[in-house]
Amino acid sequence: MTGPRRAGPSYREASARRRLAAILDEGSFGELLGPTERVTSPHLAALDLPVAFDDGVVVGTGLLGGQPVLGASQEGRFLGGAVGEVHGAKLTGLLRRALAERPAAVLLLLDTGGVRLQEANAGIVAVSEVMRAVLAVRAAGIPVLALVGGAWGCFGGMGIVARCCDGVLMSEEARMGISGPDVIEATRGVEELDASDRAMVWRTWGGKHRVLLGEADRLLEDSLPAFREAARQLVGRARPLTLAALEAEQAWLARRLADLGGSADALDAWRSAGVDEPERLPLLEPPAWSAAVAGARRVRP
Amino acid sequence: MEHLVFELERTPGPAPRRAAVVVGVVASGNLEVLVEAGPFPDRCRAEIQTSATGFGDIWGAVLADFAARHPVAGLSLAVNDGGATPAVVALRLGQAFEEYTGRNP
Repeated sequence: MTGPRRAGPSYREASARRRLAAILDEGSFGELLGPTERVTSPHLAALDLPVAFDDGVVVGTGLLGGQPVLGASQEGRFLGGAVGEVHGAKLTGLLRRALAERPAAVLLLLDTGGVRLQEANAGIVAVSEVMRAVLAVRAAGIPVLALVGGAWGCFGGMGIVARCCDGVLMSEEARMGISGPDVIEATRGVEELDASDRAMVWRTWGGKHRVLLGEADRLLEDSLPAFREAARQLVGRARPLTLAALEAEQAWLARRLADLGGSADALDAWRSAGVDEPERLPLLEPPAWSAAVAGARRVRP
Repeated sequence: MEHLVFELERTPGPAPRRAAVVVGVVASGNLEVLVEAGPFPDRCRAEIQTSATGFGDIWGAVLADFAARHPVAGLSLAVNDGGATPAVVALRLGQAFEEYTGRNP
């Protein structure tokens, strides 16, 4: 089987460390609290479960296009990239460091199912601390960018964190939301949602839908150079975090709900947004897709 | 969880002293290996945390085989294991050694 031609190695298949090293200028990454420091989860140890030396997240400093940035990258293969106390503290600490160092941007390479259930309340508190820290960094005028291109996508409380950022970059293969398909099927029944319908799952949570809904900024092909280039273009571009901006966003969300809230399927929403022949959208590569939706009514504030 | 410590003697070396590397991910059937310069120039210390208990003899055999193939004296290995098979462990150890020695000092 041959896949689409890509401009470089797959983002989705790369490890968290490799992703961050490839997004930043070559050789510029300096890790903070790396694996040799062995800052591991006390909760997992108490539950007699295996720990990871970096608790599943790589954080550090680097350059992007010559400008200083801070970056974090979640390892989805360790407990689904879930946020425990140490993992969350590393993210929060990095964001607080940004307030002191004032980098050109903070990059969050998110690949996560959300809170680490084994750590219960400590994990939930950790995610809320990350949210607060993201908003503090944005309030200081430093842009925070979410890059979502991993196999786990970005769900739960970390889905909220992504949407608290200045910008979200996604590949088509990535997914973003709060509750994922399996959670919805488990709680509401298969009549509500069939999580085994993969085409529907990607229509609903995938990058194309998130961009069309105005929740993600750019649809990228699944390659490390594509994510690097898109992130480089957004460095230094902060969205205002003011009362007026928030009120405008609230009005946009109300309008979107009125326009699209009755859609039974993503296809209906795409049709309502003015896309011709929405059935063909899932099959298009990002460039052709962008051309196909260019005439659609932008659902962005 | 089981905690195992091995002192690998009679291994060629010493390995060069380089920056630490970590390879692999802790997941079901997978493991991470952290390689650092160790405290003893004449032997390699390996510390294993594994979710599969009762496999100490097999760990010993895989590590002895690894130490016979690579000049690991002077290194310190730390492993977090999610129940990887011996073949996967052997491959990861080899990968970790290659990445460590491939690094500039």
